[in-house]
Amino acid sequence: MKLHRITALIVRHLYLYRRSLPRIMEIFYWPFLDLVIWGFITLYLARYQSQVPGFVTFFLGALILWDMLFRSQQGITISFLEELWARNLMNLFASPLKPGEFLAATMTMSVMKVTIVSIVLASCAVLFYSYNILVVGVWLMPFVLNLVITGWIIGVFTTSLIMRFGQEAEVLAWSMVFLFQPISCVFYPMEVLPKWLQMIAMANPAAHIFEGMRTVLSTGAPPIGNLAWAMCLNGALLVGAIAWFYRTVAYCKDQGLLVRVGE
Amino acid sequence: MSTSVLKVSDLTKRFGNFTAVNGVSFEIRPGEILGLLGPNGAGKTTTIQMLLGLVTPTAGSIQMFGLDLSTHREEILQQVNFSSTYISMPQSLTVEENLWVVARLYGVSDIARRVQDIVKKLEMEEFSGKITRKLSSGQMTRLTLAKAFLTDPRILFLDEPTASLDPDVAHKIRSLLKEERRSSGLSILYTSHNMREMEAMSDRIIFLQRGCIVAEGTAQEIVDRFGKADLEEVFLKFAREQRQSSS
Repeated sequence: MKLHRITALIVRHLYLYRRSLPRIMEIFYWPFLDLVIWGFITLYLARYQSQVPGFVTFFLGALILWDMLFRSQQGITISFLEELWARNLMNLFASPLKPGEFLAATMTMSVMKVTIVSIVLASCAVLFYSYNILVVGVWLMPFVLNLVITGWIIGVFTTSLIMRFGQEAEVLAWSMVFLFQPISCVFYPMEVLPKWLQMIAMANPAAHIFEGMRTVLSTGAPPIGNLAWAMCLNGALLVGAIAWFYRTVAYCKDQGLLVRVGE
Repeated sequence: MSTSVLKVSDLTKRFGNFTAVNGVSFEIRPGEILGLLGPNGAGKTTTIQMLLGLVTPTAGSIQMFGLDLSTHREEILQQVNFSSTYISMPQSLTVEENLWVVARLYGVSDIARRVQDIVKKLEMEEFSGKITRKLSSGQMTRLTLAKAFLTDPRILFLDEPTASLDPDVAHKIRSLLKEERRSSGLSILYTSHNMREMEAMSDRIIFLQRGCIVAEGTAQEIVDRFGKADLEEVFLKFAREQRQSSS
């Protein structure tokens, strides 16, 4: 073992952190995130202990739905990263392929991943916890569709950032979605958030879906309002994310970044 | 005189204060092989990237088949392909799977037959089932060339296509390119650092230096014009001038 070779590698990685905000974010973000999420959950349980029926129903349902959103986002971002890692982006963007077709293909991949993951997770929940996700009833399908679209929005946005900033932004493929988790109110209701954070959460389609899920499970009332909010926000944000992606492609072509994105 | 398949007019690309390509104009006629020569940093790759729509020009126009690239990208790129030593293909797919993907991307009909033909033409039978990751650099070059031929392009952009091939395979590839040009009228824009290859392959040569065209003509015309023994000496003259001016 040679110490100079080991330190050379350590210095090589420290060089990366000197100029990379995403990598620095990765160090500090995860511990902070855990603290925030579990803090809110504790608050929720302490405050509403007597009013929490079917504790497992909420948590497992929320967990499965959250994973659908996560996989939907990953379906888009990882597909892009695969091309980047294979140094295949030049082949694609020098072909007649349009950016919209590229997105359509990644969105299809995303739906396929979500379908497979959902079947596996739902089956495991039945098998291990005797929990049936279908307890959400007829509202499950619109919930899932909206979460998939929210995943696409985050995925397209993240892909644009990686295209723009190159490999140093790759880590966002795994961390970006968790930036939205505290304001998605996955495991706790929106009302446990501070007022200012509630305002931000209101603009997040996923928060309305998880609120809707809790409404269905606790009262059985149709979550029409929540779904309407989620659909309107998803529609507007999806258009915005796609426009952002097109703009990023144009910017990268202008700056010659498209051919250097894998470097 | 046939009309040109590619017409580049006053093409310029600036990245901030740096001018990579500066007012370059040239044409390629049907069935013509045009060599693009120049030292590293002369603007060859940026020019090819602009021709492929990967980099947006700062000024100037690119027309192929009478259509403007900025407004007819899809129709033009359908009829164009490229190969470069510096690109790769998905590593986890087999050679044939990669060719199938490309064929689908370009809407090639009767894919099975077309892939089979191209594999045979480039003598890739022995490794067509191999995972791309396991290919040698020579085999990889043949795969990227196969990808370029597969879509039956009218113009091919080849960036050092024979760089990592052994002399025998490189000779076969050159023969294949000439045969394709003869049989289908394929036009080729060719870059290489092998001067003998450039002399043998190119009908005309363009020399780039610091983003500008500094010489144009047949290999012999260029050699005569600068009073040198061969193309390599002309290349060295331009390369050294460029290096001196940047230091």
